[in-house]
Amino acid sequence: MSGIRIEGLRKRYGSGDTAVDALKHVDMAVAPGEVVGLIGPSGSGKSTLLKCLGAVIEPSAGRMTLGGETIYDQGWKIRDLRALRRDRIGFVFQAPYLIPFLDVLDNVALLPMLAGRPNAEARRRALELLDALDVAHRARAMPSQLSGGEQQRVAIARALVSRPPVILADEPTAPLDSERALGVIRILNRMAREYATAIIVVTHDEKIIPTFRRIYHIRDGRTDEEAGEGRSIE
Amino acid sequence: MISLAGRDILHGWGKFVFTGLGLGLLIGVTLTMAGVYRGMVDDARALLDNSGAELWVVQQDTLGPYAESSSVHDDVWRSIAGIEGVARAANITYLTMQVRQTGPGARDVRAMVVGVTPDGPGHPGQPVHLLAGRHLTRGHYEAVADIATGFALGERIRIRRNEYTVVGLTRRMVSSGGDPMVFIPLKDAQEAQFLKDNDAIVRQRARTAQNPALNRPGVPGLLDAVIASQSTNPYVNAVLVQLAPGYDPERVAEPIRRWLRLTVYTRAQMEEILVAKLIATSARQIAMFLVILAVVSAAIVAFIIYTLTLGKIREIAVLKLIGTRNRTIAAMILQQAVGLGLIGFVVGKIAATFWAPAFPKYVLLETGDTVRALVAVLAICVLASVLAIRAALRVDPAEAIGG
Repeated sequence: MSGIRIEGLRKRYGSGDTAVDALKHVDMAVAPGEVVGLIGPSGSGKSTLLKCLGAVIEPSAGRMTLGGETIYDQGWKIRDLRALRRDRIGFVFQAPYLIPFLDVLDNVALLPMLAGRPNAEARRRALELLDALDVAHRARAMPSQLSGGEQQRVAIARALVSRPPVILADEPTAPLDSERALGVIRILNRMAREYATAIIVVTHDEKIIPTFRRIYHIRDGRTDEEAGEGRSIE
Repeated sequence: MISLAGRDILHGWGKFVFTGLGLGLLIGVTLTMAGVYRGMVDDARALLDNSGAELWVVQQDTLGPYAESSSVHDDVWRSIAGIEGVARAANITYLTMQVRQTGPGARDVRAMVVGVTPDGPGHPGQPVHLLAGRHLTRGHYEAVADIATGFALGERIRIRRNEYTVVGLTRRMVSSGGDPMVFIPLKDAQEAQFLKDNDAIVRQRARTAQNPALNRPGVPGLLDAVIASQSTNPYVNAVLVQLAPGYDPERVAEPIRRWLRLTVYTRAQMEEILVAKLIATSARQIAMFLVILAVVSAAIVAFIIYTLTLGKIREIAVLKLIGTRNRTIAAMILQQAVGLGLIGFVVGKIAATFWAPAFPKYVLLETGDTVRALVAVLAICVLASVLAIRAALRVDPAEAIGG
């Protein structure tokens, strides 16, 4: 299975008497095209896990495989973590965090542009995604001119534009009402299928938890997998 | 590649333009300060150029008429004129004073009154170019004024006890202090400079008459001779010398120094006195201002760019998280700082160009200074952006995720 696989991941902050084990033993596997939920109480290690998965902080031990390639095995196996984040991991945040001085199209096209793709090609690819997410008509609008739901769809398009094997979504529906929250999950499911992307959604949102087919509970730095309701939202 | 800095500036153009406007006024003041110094140097050179002299003969061991008090007898010029290599020699007096315009709307003008031998253009001491009217041709009560005095042809002006008619107007004839010049006949200038008022003359005569050494009963005519000598003014401040073609100034100066016991300055020496000695303190003063203004400009740019960067910390964290290179983020901040500096420089240059003519003293904005200022502004902006770049590069991409 490609997608993302995590085995025995640990993260310890500090050392000696003051050491804190934020992640004690995390196992996860998300297949391409699958959307899984990651839930847990505050302080359980969700954000730490997300930062490890996002190659923002280095785990203390364990193994991570992304798209079939081992990226961490008792140490990073990839030299350029910035390029890894740019090309192979998509991020969707609680707030959209769009770049306020770029229009919608360039917000989405920015990543491929930064990767050295020609501007025209990057914008063409961005426009395709915006079209798939029904916001192509706002391509030339500035982020401040969009509604919350539109901003979040643009953020999803930005996460998808590099066709990453995995997308990490950190409470993407938190600021949205029920209808819009379900709309975002519907889009994430569709995009996961269409682009064969593994999506991990960290959430507290009771409205969307029943929609996941699989859920990882994280408690005290350990994960437990359980089957979700997989309620249809189509 | 997309220009993040350009897009940010376009997005918040009002903030950048108004900040650039403020910075530009500061840069304009800096350019003007440099222009004031250049103007002082140029005024000094114009003073020397317009005197038409190649040698300045002054009182021994003095720095000459522009820097120190100097007086030489007014008949010395004849001896100088007879020395080999001297084409023309002429007496001259300089006195900075208030000149009163008479008639309706009477006003005082601070001016340097120059006493010259009435003659045509090209004569040492005479104004080189006239804008209107004619040169001094009569021995008394005529004046040629620099247009900066505000006097007009035919106007009457008062210098000490005498009134003069303005018969000619000239320009760029100013003292090293920037005061416009008023040329009057030499005899009148000597009187204006050395002659006492009537009451003082009466008191001096009485004192002389009471002095038994000067009023001896057995020596008739002695008292009258002494009083007559006290009432005459046989001094001028300097003798200006023009050389015959092909003569070396130093070779001509040497016999004057040796045989007439006077100090002689060549053009280069006089320029050294004016530029290096006379305006040296002012130059240092201006240099201090320039340094302070440069530091203030750098502080303002640094503060603005730092504040703008801190306002974008979350966006920078997101940019870093999604894989933007540090150099792309640093370039964005650097370009914004340089952009701000360029806006400021353009505003400053335009402002300085417009307000320079309104200054009472000559402000010379040289192209070389403008180029140097541009380089300095860009260097300051680059330095000022370092703080903001350091702050941006320290941003942890994990901040975008939170937790």
